[in-house]
Amino acid sequence: MDINLNDLLRRYRSHPFEDYFVETPHTGVVFFKVKEGQAVKGPGGEWLHRPGTLLYVIERERNVKRMTALWSGQISGIRLDIEGQFVEAGEPLFSIRHQLDKEEIIDRILTQVLYIFSAPQRARYFLTPEISARMEKQFKQGVSVELGEDVLIMSLMKRDTMISYEGVPGSLYKVYFNSGDMVEQGSPLLGICSPDKLQYVQKVIHRIRTEWEK
Amino acid sequence: MRIDQIHMADSGRLLSQLADRISYLIDIKGNSEYGNIGDLLGQVQRLRQSLFEIKESNLFEEIDRIEDRVSFLEDRVAEKLSPAEIVNIVRSPQRFTLMDILENVYDSYTELGGEGECNIDPAIVVARATISRRVKNKLYSHQVMVIGHEKGQGEEYRNGGCARPWGNNKALKYMRVAETEGIPIHFYIFTPGSYPIEDYPGAAQQIARNLYVMAKLKVPMVSFISEGGSGGAEAIGASGLRLMGSRGYYSVISPEGAAAIEGKIREGEKLPRKLLEHCAAQLKITAEDNLRLGTIDRIIGEPPLGARRDDFPFFRRLRYEMLRATDELVLKTKNFRAFRAYALKRQAEEGKDVPEDFDLFIGWSLTDLERERLLEFRFKKYIELGKGYFIENKNILTQGIRKTKVFASKTYYDIRYGLLRPHHRNVQKVIEEVSGEGSVFLRKVTEPVRAAYDFVFPQPERPSKVIRSGEPERKSIFAEEWDPYVSPLANEDCTVTCPNAAKYGCLDLWVPDLYGEFCGVCPNCGHHFPLEYQWYLENLFDKNSVREFNAHIASCNPLGFQGYSARLQKDIKHTGRNSSIITFEAEVWGIRLVVAMLFSNFRGGTVGVAEGEKFVRACDVASTTRRPLLAYIHSTGGIRIHEGTLGVVQMPKCTFGVREYNDNGGLYIVVYDNNSYAGPVASFLGCSLYQFGIRSSRIGFAGPRVIRETTGQDVPTDYHSAKNALKRGHIQGIWDRREFKKNLYDALMTLGGPNLYYK
Repeated sequence: MDINLNDLLRRYRSHPFEDYFVETPHTGVVFFKVKEGQAVKGPGGEWLHRPGTLLYVIERERNVKRMTALWSGQISGIRLDIEGQFVEAGEPLFSIRHQLDKEEIIDRILTQVLYIFSAPQRARYFLTPEISARMEKQFKQGVSVELGEDVLIMSLMKRDTMISYEGVPGSLYKVYFNSGDMVEQGSPLLGICSPDKLQYVQKVIHRIRTEWEK
Repeated sequence: MRIDQIHMADSGRLLSQLADRISYLIDIKGNSEYGNIGDLLGQVQRLRQSLFEIKESNLFEEIDRIEDRVSFLEDRVAEKLSPAEIVNIVRSPQRFTLMDILENVYDSYTELGGEGECNIDPAIVVARATISRRVKNKLYSHQVMVIGHEKGQGEEYRNGGCARPWGNNKALKYMRVAETEGIPIHFYIFTPGSYPIEDYPGAAQQIARNLYVMAKLKVPMVSFISEGGSGGAEAIGASGLRLMGSRGYYSVISPEGAAAIEGKIREGEKLPRKLLEHCAAQLKITAEDNLRLGTIDRIIGEPPLGARRDDFPFFRRLRYEMLRATDELVLKTKNFRAFRAYALKRQAEEGKDVPEDFDLFIGWSLTDLERERLLEFRFKKYIELGKGYFIENKNILTQGIRKTKVFASKTYYDIRYGLLRPHHRNVQKVIEEVSGEGSVFLRKVTEPVRAAYDFVFPQPERPSKVIRSGEPERKSIFAEEWDPYVSPLANEDCTVTCPNAAKYGCLDLWVPDLYGEFCGVCPNCGHHFPLEYQWYLENLFDKNSVREFNAHIASCNPLGFQGYSARLQKDIKHTGRNSSIITFEAEVWGIRLVVAMLFSNFRGGTVGVAEGEKFVRACDVASTTRRPLLAYIHSTGGIRIHEGTLGVVQMPKCTFGVREYNDNGGLYIVVYDNNSYAGPVASFLGCSLYQFGIRSSRIGFAGPRVIRETTGQDVPTDYHSAKNALKRGHIQGIWDRREFKKNLYDALMTLGGPNLYYK
């Protein structure tokens, strides 16, 4: 948990991108359908049912597979030398440089800084009444949780189970679910921040929100 | 009040009337360029604004001038109305709606199942109403149930008369109420189409259920069509007599929809007006066309430019015609001679003004026998729809042979199942009962003796012997099943990717494997790749058991739709078949059944007149031979739009056929494969009590694009999947293609039960 926030911030400021490397899923002959520097779009639509931009086709045993972008961003480092060549599986083709926006950066910082308490199984979750009451009364970030304290109610098949908190004691910083929603196993439920970092984290996030352009 | 003030008030009224007339003309023409009507409207608006500034004489002069011009334009427009303009008339906000009819045609009414916005579906209005007539200065009133679409007089929540599935369900509920109370039903159809959503009870399902019930609803039903939009119209349209306003339209698809399909217009692009007008003309949607084709029974005259909301003479005529139509239905069941006299008299009056008095009062209640007759007439009417609009071999000799064959088989099966079978069953029952009782009695006597005997002389237990026949020993159990039929799709040396590869990590499939050994099923995730219909013919039924009938009935181009004949010929040549349906007798492990199979290669498996006729005849064959009926839907794209309303009426026609077959005790099973959409699903397929889907099939009312365009909402990609259809209760199960035969056999055995014909 020892992360230097300043370093993190500096890194994101100088390089607010995430590079996704595109590799061939299997052997085959590759034909590129994009150019260096071209902007591509990821899947769209309400259910992400509209495929993204066509990146390349790979042909194996006369099966022409059209591969589309899974992220939006810019094409960089395209390896035109292998155009029309037979390549092995896992051959890097190019990378998609995805520009991170403010919320994405905040999310990334938070997941690194916070202690994430994730769902033990697929169920509906509620905050315990005590925690909700405290959250209403006090400022959200000020609600502290202790080890072994009952924080959540897991409801499945009309059976409510209390879940006690295990992990780093600290303040409840972020609640990742809506009360009563079905949450998949392993999805984040709560983000807890240790008290010594709390103020600092708040400041950093405030700064990102207000000062950064994008 | 001074005279000129009255004049002023009058001129205001006159001007607003003129404005209405001009905007009505703009509605009809679809633009304000025709004859400078836009300018004319501007002039009227200016006059209205400066009403008190202009000198009175000048004002009236101006009004007269404009009125002359408007009347002239109206006459010109009325002279030749194009079908597209008729569509505009029907959709004009000034056209009368159901509420106007309820107010003006009926004496009093009580809305049922909700009122206004507080309603399960405001697009469908149901009311108990009284309608009255004068006979020799005495007033008689009748009770009727009025069911219809309300387009809304500017009310958003009416949804433009697009009934949601639960709206049609409400209609059905009150049809049943009318049946219980024994009062006639008057339907008013004002719908551009049904609202294409699958939420329970499901658009297609509900229409199918309505049709199924209407086939045997024991009350006289009359319908009036103003805007008959395909499936939505059928949901409350399968009545004994169908009337239509002379400026209404009745169509298989909206002209916009037809234009989008015909012109291959992409989503979001604007439709060229020319194309739209062309399609409207090709679809033969006007009242005259429909009367000529026999899809409606009578036209009710409207003014040249259509009846509007304050057209009281039209409402009077409508009341008279509705009364008359109901009288006819009732009289027909009572006494044919009386009916004929009545009909002749009415025919002489045709075209004359609406009389003040009726000359006799006809009660609308029916006896049981008359109800039966009513249903008989209705059945006959619908079964005959579209006759003569398909090609049948007219050779007298072959026809004679066919007729003799049909007669012979009918007689044979009537004797076998109608006479001998019940007798045989009764004898068997008696024997069973007697022997059952006898054995109980005997056992009581012999039990102690036998027990004592067994105790004294215990029998040694013998090992059971496996019975072997004379066949060679090492024969594979698949020997008989091993069919050499291999799909031609398997002849390609390449691999394909399963569409679920990203989700389930399916490996690429080698095509000869996939279409050969795997029967087109991904071995990893079970996705079914489409296979040609011949595969089913070969693999689903016992070897050499398929015997096709009625293959000679061929589709033709009854409306003279441009370009359709050529496409039809191309498909006939390409597939070697005359229509998109194959009807045949076949066996599934010894169980003989009649099968109707819609396949995709012929015009996308759409249903036209020939297909409907073949389906009805298949029902008839199944009924005569007492066999179960299977409708296997390889694929269907709906009703064939090129055959217009003749195609639409195949919906009630086939449903009536199925209903008759079911009521005779038949077992009707539907199995959907690949894609099944629209009309057929909303009628003769959806009405089946037992429906199944093959895995990876898609079933629904309208495709995603149509849903997007009508509701403005996108649907998930798996909206129409068989799994979701199962969740909504549309189908009863999902079958794997590889186990189709076994499942079908099981279904026939379990659903059929001992009382089925084939037992």
